[in-house]
Amino acid sequence: MEKFDVIVVGGGPAGLSAAISAAKAGVRTCVIERGDYPGTKNVMGGVLYTRSTEAVVPEFWKEAPLERPIIEQRYGLISGDEILSMSYRDPAWDQPPYNAHTVLRVKFDRWLAQQAEKAGALIITETVVQDLLYEGDDVVGVRTGRAEGDLGAKVVILAEGVNNFIAQKAGLARPLKSENVAVAVKEVISLPTEKIEDRFCLEPGQGATIELFGESTQGMLGTAFIYTNKDSLSIGVGALIEPLIRAKWTPNDLLDALKAKPYVKRLLQGGEMKEYLAHMIPEGGYNAMPKLYRQGVMVVGDTAMFVNGLHREGSNLAMASGKIAGEVAAQAIKVGDVSEQTLNHYDDRVRDSFIIKDLHKYRKTGDFFEKNPHLFKIYPEIASKAMKMFFTADETPKKEMQKQILKMAMKKRTKRGLLSDMFGAWRAFK
Amino acid sequence: MHYLICLKQVPDTSEVRIDPETNTLMREGVPSIINPYDAHALEEAIRLKESFGGKVTIICMGPPQAKEALKKAMSFGADRAILLSDRSFAGSDSLATAYILTVAIQKISETDPVDIVLCGKEAIDGDTAQTGPGIAQRLGFPQLTYVIKIREIDQGWITVERKTEGGREVAKAKLPVLLTAEKELNDLSYASLPNMMKASAYDPEVWDIKALPCDPSQMGLKGSPTSVSRIFAPSAKTGGEILDGTKDPTIVAGNVVEKMFQQNMIMVDPLAKGGK
Amino acid sequence: MTVIVDNGKCIGCGACIVECPLEALDLIDGIAVVNPEKCKDNGSCVEVCPTNALALDKPAPSVTEKEQVPVEAGSKKEFNKDEPLPESVQDYAQDNPRKIVKPKEAKPKDPNGWSGVWVVVEYNHGEIAPVSWELMGEGRKLADDLGCELASVVCGNQVDHVITEALAYGAEKVYVIDDPVLEYYRSEPYAEGITKLVQKYKPEIMLMGATAMGRDVFPAVATKMQTGLTADCTVLGIDPDTNLLLQTRPAFGGNIMATILCKKHRPQMATVRPRVMKMPERIEGREGQVIREELGIKEEDVFTKVVEFIKADAKSVFLDKAEIIVAVGLGIGSKKNMSIAEELAEVLGATMAGTRGAVEAGWLSHDYQVGQTGTTVRPKLYISIGISGAIQHLVGMERSDYIIAINNDCDASIFRVANYGIVGDLNEVVPAMTAEMKKRLQFGVAN
Repeated sequence: MEKFDVIVVGGGPAGLSAAISAAKAGVRTCVIERGDYPGTKNVMGGVLYTRSTEAVVPEFWKEAPLERPIIEQRYGLISGDEILSMSYRDPAWDQPPYNAHTVLRVKFDRWLAQQAEKAGALIITETVVQDLLYEGDDVVGVRTGRAEGDLGAKVVILAEGVNNFIAQKAGLARPLKSENVAVAVKEVISLPTEKIEDRFCLEPGQGATIELFGESTQGMLGTAFIYTNKDSLSIGVGALIEPLIRAKWTPNDLLDALKAKPYVKRLLQGGEMKEYLAHMIPEGGYNAMPKLYRQGVMVVGDTAMFVNGLHREGSNLAMASGKIAGEVAAQAIKVGDVSEQTLNHYDDRVRDSFIIKDLHKYRKTGDFFEKNPHLFKIYPEIASKAMKMFFTADETPKKEMQKQILKMAMKKRTKRGLLSDMFGAWRAFK
Repeated sequence: MHYLICLKQVPDTSEVRIDPETNTLMREGVPSIINPYDAHALEEAIRLKESFGGKVTIICMGPPQAKEALKKAMSFGADRAILLSDRSFAGSDSLATAYILTVAIQKISETDPVDIVLCGKEAIDGDTAQTGPGIAQRLGFPQLTYVIKIREIDQGWITVERKTEGGREVAKAKLPVLLTAEKELNDLSYASLPNMMKASAYDPEVWDIKALPCDPSQMGLKGSPTSVSRIFAPSAKTGGEILDGTKDPTIVAGNVVEKMFQQNMIMVDPLAKGGK
Repeated sequence: MTVIVDNGKCIGCGACIVECPLEALDLIDGIAVVNPEKCKDNGSCVEVCPTNALALDKPAPSVTEKEQVPVEAGSKKEFNKDEPLPESVQDYAQDNPRKIVKPKEAKPKDPNGWSGVWVVVEYNHGEIAPVSWELMGEGRKLADDLGCELASVVCGNQVDHVITEALAYGAEKVYVIDDPVLEYYRSEPYAEGITKLVQKYKPEIMLMGATAMGRDVFPAVATKMQTGLTADCTVLGIDPDTNLLLQTRPAFGGNIMATILCKKHRPQMATVRPRVMKMPERIEGREGQVIREELGIKEEDVFTKVVEFIKADAKSVFLDKAEIIVAVGLGIGSKKNMSIAEELAEVLGATMAGTRGAVEAGWLSHDYQVGQTGTTVRPKLYISIGISGAIQHLVGMERSDYIIAINNDCDASIFRVANYGIVGDLNEVVPAMTAEMKKRLQFGVAN
């Protein structure tokens, strides 16, 4: 049986970051990926954050296949055919040190895999890891689905994504609960570069993102997004599985309804669908995190529930956690001790970083939104109506209009309800 | 026995389309794969090696990225893979491609004579099926194309079954020989983990024009007699006529049969029907 | 000032590289790249580019005069849908009936003596492939356009009756090699024999069916002659300006069409897809010149032997070679109902096939599965029964010449590709079709 120091299960951003940092630290590293090549089975909205990526591959923007640097982030509330939006734009974000880029994962992950290979890691594709190998209680490698498929390792890093089969078998994670999982669908729609830049008011090469709430998810907890790629748009919508089932919506129908909204329709006009992707997103947050380590094993990325849904962050948490795990693994191997006590260091470092601090901060939000499903339905309506009244010039005195707006809002939600929502929100987000 | 596979990296053609508006080829994001027929040729060579011993060498002409296809091909259990890659090879049509591959095979044969050359029956991006026979001709090997089964190799002769329009032909040829493979030749097997690892770590040799003394007048664009003068989108197939057969199925069925005759969808052999 | 390349449009065909007199273009990673130091903006590359991927930095007089379209800086010369396609492909692209009206004056002859259109007749195991005669019809048109003669090539053992047929289908000359070594088709002696005829009689154009045989022997002949060969053409024509053979064929799995030229080498060789060209009229008793040559090869010098030929009927033919297919999907309900489809297949002399669902249900073996994970078929007629038309199935059959679909769901995707769709109960429609077909065949109204 061939032996490695570190085996990484899964070739996504978390796994590849782990492999790069482990290999750079000089330990023999192997990544096992089930897809044809890293990236084929990987899906995300498409925003890659600069800081966490830079930490793994310095100055990655010089050669990585990126789509566009994001200079504008827009947020919109959709209600019927109406939209209320706000945006922030900083043209300087199209220069180093950038903030974020849009990427297409098929290309980006493949490139990241090449960086792992350059760092010295071996990448084995089209191979499924079925279980860990044990000697007594100690993890000593993995078993794959191929003939003569056992592979030895001192440390196994689980970066298997949202489907945490191996983490479950290792007794670290529990089966996913449907309330902790969102399902997202996405289409990549091709559109000429010039049209994209015109429609989003961008200089050549610049990119923008739009996040849509409210009726974009039919009032369910979730978001929709539109991201600009080089010559395509990524449009998607994600919602928690439970409400979807209750409301008898399929994610695909949600996407179709979104595409039919006048605002969205105009942005996509003339485009042709190139790709359709669907994916599950672990939204359990802090409260649903698995145990992150044991002797010889660490858990990173989506498998560890490292997703910050509210800020649509995930790839950065994945890469940062992967990097830390890779470094901890290399250190442990160098000192010849991969016991649970040593790998505890991974847990410490992750808790000390933005990853768990952010998840901790928002630990109550999921619960809050779940208990108050009206929030995503009523407030967009109120906001939209209020703005409409505010902007409509119908010779109503402004003071009178403010009163009317307030009255309208009260009709939709009582004063008591408003106050309780605000208090609830304050407690959830503080 | 020395088995040599000619392999091509091709775009997954099911995803290549032409933009009807601008008449351009839409290649963005189209994944590259090993030409499926070549994979069957390679699989067969590995099986022959397992039965008769010997070694398997793969050659591939293409851009540097085609190394990926060769690495993957190594996981079948091949022994050596060589990429023929040089800017001056680019733009070769099937005549010129066969020439370059032949020069490579001859060079390999200097130290390690090749007994069986296996090619896929055609590449799915070009569908020409000309390179294999072209190589056989240049090497002076007998060719057996469209092979669906290798029956035996005995006393320097190989017996195969070939797929033709009229049926199955059993033919034999004297080694050294060139075969082209159909998909029916075998089912691809699942590589073992050690082979996957060997392949993943393998770095194919790259032969450029210095390593491969080709005559410039016979390769690349200048050595290619054929050239593309125009590309365009095929006429889109539009939905045809929809008939309601719920009310009177017999009449509708009769009408459709009538159309089948009118539009010669059914071939009625003129000789069989008396020739008229 | 240099020529601008639109990377998105360049297909790396290299036409510009050959064309440029200054060798200012190069192919790098499959894309044309201009060397600004050598480029003199003469625009010849812009004209030959099949995809309009090249543009001059500023209007060049030679181009604008000719086309009356100013090519502006940086703006790509977009493909203009209104621009007429070359005549030869026009009919194909628009599915119009062919109407070439051209004066039939004699064109200047090839200076090196290459003249005549040859059709190589496919004769093996006692049968003549019909595509040979289809090509006689097409060859006639090409020969008329060029003002040259049309000839057949017949190779085999005891082929006198084939010669008679070739004359009946319009050959002015028949070149014959009649030799026992040619009893069965084998690449080496056939290629050798045909090449011998080519070298001696110098045809300008050579055609053969794109069958297992045509696609086996023509590459060998083209290699011996060091000339160009275009496989599997679906449209042929003569360029009126250059007299070159325009060879149009599908590429990239049929997703695009490409017109290929063989400018400087002779003969211009093409294999042509069966059943695309129209069968010409057969006129009994036509006469022509028969020219016989010796093969000059001894059996012991041929290193390929045919051991056996297992002739296929409709039931055992390879699915991708079948001419009529009756295919079933899960919509037929049960294995019992297979008989309804089988009866229709029986009358039509069709081969049975099925969807993945039908195969997995155990109604047919995998050899008869059509679609992405099965076989891609292109029969003359595809009758689909109880198939909804998943995309994985459609990609395997949508290029059939004719598709007739029977399904009870009027929204089934199969109707999008069908020439005739019947919405109805297959238990009623299919037996009715079988009965009607029987009736017609019985009364001999088939022709």
